[in-house]
Amino acid sequence: MAQKTGKCTVMVKSESCKGCSLCIEFCKSGKLVLSDKLNKMGYRYAEPVEDTACTGCMICTSICPDLVIEVYDE
Amino acid sequence: MKLKNDWPKYYKKDVVSHYCPGCGHGIVHRIVAELLEEMQVGERAICVNPAGCAVLAYLYFDIDMLESAHGRGTAMATGIKRARPDLFVFTYQGDGDLSAIGTAETIHSANRGEHITVIFINNAVYGMTGGQMAPTTLIGQETTTSPLGRNPALEGYPLHITDLVATFRGVIYAERVSLDGPAGVTRTKKAIRNAFQTQIDGLGYSIVEILSACPTNWKMSPVDSFSWIKNEMTREYTPGVLTDKRGDKK
Repeated sequence: MAQKTGKCTVMVKSESCKGCSLCIEFCKSGKLVLSDKLNKMGYRYAEPVEDTACTGCMICTSICPDLVIEVYDE
Repeated sequence: MKLKNDWPKYYKKDVVSHYCPGCGHGIVHRIVAELLEEMQVGERAICVNPAGCAVLAYLYFDIDMLESAHGRGTAMATGIKRARPDLFVFTYQGDGDLSAIGTAETIHSANRGEHITVIFINNAVYGMTGGQMAPTTLIGQETTTSPLGRNPALEGYPLHITDLVATFRGVIYAERVSLDGPAGVTRTKKAIRNAFQTQIDGLGYSIVEILSACPTNWKMSPVDSFSWIKNEMTREYTPGVLTDKRGDKK
């Protein structure tokens, strides 16, 4: 579920995400939101917003307790 | 497209941890795994696990791990380090393990100045058993065994065990950090790096206390529990370097 905008691309491994929302709270550009769908564990997972740019600051990956976020350079 | 955050070498791939959403353990695990790789000690590292939520840490780290009796992590690490001084030995303990049942072992291993590193996760409750009051529970904090809040007249005051061991001559490096946001993650990584370096340089005992979130037992959302650390917990446990004798030893 890659979504590209701006300089970097954010990918969330939705099946491993527990929906703690820390990445959403600390993301400065509002790139991540909580999905309406549930994963197999029954959690609402974080997912990238399509129209928002990612600056690649890596705050989401540093705060994620479950290492589910991957950031790619263009 | 180039991946900016490589998976840490000493963290097992694609394992979903048993920790609750927003738990501080996951963040500290990743920091430790990254540092083992960056400091090139992973191949000779042995971690001693506690009893507590982190009891299953051996499922996540790809290094040699041992499970100690409840609270006796530093005693076990002492034995490993004395038998094999070439190994890099650290313990990973929670507050119920290190500062409750294992107080004697913690204090005496620190006082002997064993050449080990202790990573101390302080979340102010007994996490695994369901949120009972711990020695580190804050005054007035509600837990399942102090439903009206911790009352010092009945239950005493929060135990500052890192401040206590920092006064010992054998303790070379002691620091307390609060894992309350992205800045806290950076500070935690720096503190653990200093503690690991103390052991690599052969200087002596080092301990890092990490104020870590337990959203499930604090009955808060992960985001609220991070602000609770920042606003409440750091008032009782002041973050900072508690002792640094590395300069005296060199």
